[in-house]
Amino acid sequence: MLWYLGRRLLQVIPVFLGATLLLYALVFLRPGDPVAGLGGERGLPEAVQQQIRAQFHLDQPFFVQYLYYLKGIFTFDLGDTFTGRPVAEVVVEALPITFQLALMALAIETIFGIGFGLFAGMRKGKFFDSSVLVLSLLLIALPTFVTGLVLQIVVGVRLDWLPVTAGRDPDFISLLMPAVVLATTSFAQILRLTRTSVIENVTADFVRTARAKGLSRDKVTSRHVLRNSLIPVVTFIGVDLGNLMTGSIVVEGIFNIRGVGGTLFEAIQRGESVTIVTMSTVIVLVYIVANLLVDLLYAVLDPRIRYA
Amino acid sequence: MTPRKRLVGLGAFALASSLVLTACGGGGGGDDTGDGNSTGIVTVGNGEPQNPIIPTMTNETFGSKVTSNVFAGLVYYDAEGVVHNEVAESIESEDNKVWTITLKDGWTFSDGTPVTAQSFVDAWNYGAYAPNAQNLSYFFEPIEGFTDVQFAEDQLDKDGAPKEGEVPASETMSGLEAVSETELQVTLAQPESDFPLRLGYSAFYPLPESFHDDPEAFGEEPIGNGPYVLDTWEHNRLIELRPNDSYAGEREVQNGGVDLVAYTDEDSAYNDLLDGNLDIVTNVPASAFGTFEEELGDRAVNQPAAVIQVINVPEYVEGFQGEAGLLRRQAISMAIDRDQVTETVFSGSRTPATDFTSPVINGWSDDLEGNEVLDYNPEEAKRLWDEAEAIEPWGDEPLYIASNADSDHQSWIDPTCNGIRDTLGIDCEFDAYPTFDEFLDARDNEQIKGLFRGGWQADYPAMSNFLGPIYGTGAGSNDMGYSSEEFDAKLDEAAGESDPDAAIELYKEAQTILFQDLPGIPLWYNNATGGWSEAVDNVVFGWDSDPLLYQVTKSE
Repeated sequence: MLWYLGRRLLQVIPVFLGATLLLYALVFLRPGDPVAGLGGERGLPEAVQQQIRAQFHLDQPFFVQYLYYLKGIFTFDLGDTFTGRPVAEVVVEALPITFQLALMALAIETIFGIGFGLFAGMRKGKFFDSSVLVLSLLLIALPTFVTGLVLQIVVGVRLDWLPVTAGRDPDFISLLMPAVVLATTSFAQILRLTRTSVIENVTADFVRTARAKGLSRDKVTSRHVLRNSLIPVVTFIGVDLGNLMTGSIVVEGIFNIRGVGGTLFEAIQRGESVTIVTMSTVIVLVYIVANLLVDLLYAVLDPRIRYA
Repeated sequence: MTPRKRLVGLGAFALASSLVLTACGGGGGGDDTGDGNSTGIVTVGNGEPQNPIIPTMTNETFGSKVTSNVFAGLVYYDAEGVVHNEVAESIESEDNKVWTITLKDGWTFSDGTPVTAQSFVDAWNYGAYAPNAQNLSYFFEPIEGFTDVQFAEDQLDKDGAPKEGEVPASETMSGLEAVSETELQVTLAQPESDFPLRLGYSAFYPLPESFHDDPEAFGEEPIGNGPYVLDTWEHNRLIELRPNDSYAGEREVQNGGVDLVAYTDEDSAYNDLLDGNLDIVTNVPASAFGTFEEELGDRAVNQPAAVIQVINVPEYVEGFQGEAGLLRRQAISMAIDRDQVTETVFSGSRTPATDFTSPVINGWSDDLEGNEVLDYNPEEAKRLWDEAEAIEPWGDEPLYIASNADSDHQSWIDPTCNGIRDTLGIDCEFDAYPTFDEFLDARDNEQIKGLFRGGWQADYPAMSNFLGPIYGTGAGSNDMGYSSEEFDAKLDEAAGESDPDAAIELYKEAQTILFQDLPGIPLWYNNATGGWSEAVDNVVFGWDSDPLLYQVTKSE
């Protein structure tokens, strides 16, 4: 187990180097001149532009720029953004709130998705099942900016139940609505996955055996049906955590949350390579860790899976 | 046009609070402005400043909402853009070249140090000195000795970057001199009659001595002499401005403070306003252009701003040269139905242009000689185009209008192109560049295939600001390559004219030359669109589209 964990963690190193190199190359290939856009319509004085280029090594060839970046990482000094703030500070500032938002969304979609899915799956073809299926289709079809804006106007402005935005004071209450919006699509998907999986397992041999043994209906459902149905769901949730970390640009915009999505988006618009690469790399790392957790969870859910 | 004057009888009110202010001056912080009813904190939608809060660095509106309230310059602009002395007692010159500026007594920075002539001299020298790489350094160009604080040609490498270890010939401009504590003498390289008009702009604010010790720390925690002090700055979230007890000027604070709330999205700010979570928005989102005046009633503002949009005609593009080229410029201008586009695309949040400046600028005019070329006149447009065709055929090429596509320009370029297509019978296309900087790159390297979009926002309320920097021969933003001796001479004449009214007439005459040559085709003026909540009163949007925050009242 430990050996497996160590091996998986070692894999992070090549992934990290590869990801940063690839990302850096992509940013480098972005056409245009980021410094030219800084001064608005009339541009900055030429001398100022040149000094900014020198400061950010933008006048150097690609590989030299990349090496400067690596040096920055290993000396824990990534330098400043174009606005003169330390990149590390900007990244560290954006992470917690996005992480909180992602976890809240994850909790909402997991609890409700699995709950509804299980319920629907156990009552296949009944009224509850059919109506939940239609609802989930609807939620999958609605883009987040529609649900977001509609909820914001209705629940926030008209009914005044929840704060309209979460920019100034991002606490649990003000993040609730964004988290619900963020969770909708995945909620519907988890629901459908769980339902299908449950339906498959309810008729499986081991469930029939368990019932024949005389186990109570609740125990059969929770220990045998649910546990075995969760494997595809857990895979989905693991990948989804990564999506939630990145896919919230729209939601962050609507609810004025200054997280990873918004910061990344602004950095891309400005061509601020160090911020883009650092932020994206952090997201890559989140993906890796989430996937590792998923793999470890498999062993918990299915005793036949062992890591050595 | 909506009435843009909401002047409020502040006279007695201001006097009363100024007495109290004097009484408790130096008594340390505190929210009391002297009026028991208006001590609320006014919340304003803004964004994260793009630069450290250093006046000579601040070239965008998020940061300038901070600098204009935290600093006080020699003069300030009222809502109409009229200049009033602030720190200056008088600004005088006999030849428009050597300016003698005397300062009022009793001004201090919020750290207690005095505001002297030297505070201005040092700040301006810092701003101009090339190695400091200040965004607004070009504002000091008119001052004598500016070239001495720039890198010389031979100090730059082939890319234009300064070579290692090289410094400019001087650290200070010879044209700046602090004659005494309260007298400042500024010598310009050549006469500039509107020099006093510029002095209220961010670049010309004074800085305390502590700035020069550590500019970087200052950029995070600026110390100014304006009506407010910057209390806290939570990046990307909130900037808290609180009344400055030591402020000695006329912009008396009428509220308990201002919170500038950072938004990334105009829609969310607007929804917060509707919900009462925000007091003032300074930009209505495009999605609400059609509805905001109805939703907010008399709490909405929609008035022309000091911003003009044009389609520029690069001199290097074939087909726009000589006699035929001129006819084509006129034909294209007359083929654009400005009224229709501003109404349907912008829901009235743009105002059709009648000159090359802006309605908020003193000297703006809608009856300049030659401006009928801005009227929609399809028959005449077709006639002029055919006349040009007779001289030199256009060919099968479409007419391109270039712009960046990362903000919404397609919405007006498409209908504009449709008008040109229908009227002139030629193909017209939006030449879209994915990002703003790619567009600038192509523009600066003269790679534009046809016409290109240009937008100009005034830094200070003067006609000259709309003319010289854009249409002057070799001027910084003259990306068309336009050059007219007659126009340049007229600008020089206006710059040397000491009577402001006579200067305005000369700037008008200069514009008639532009109407003859059409280096750019004026389209429309942007409007300042904004609104405020029921919790606040006395909200007036100034000439620069920003509300005068100090006079907003809010009860708790």
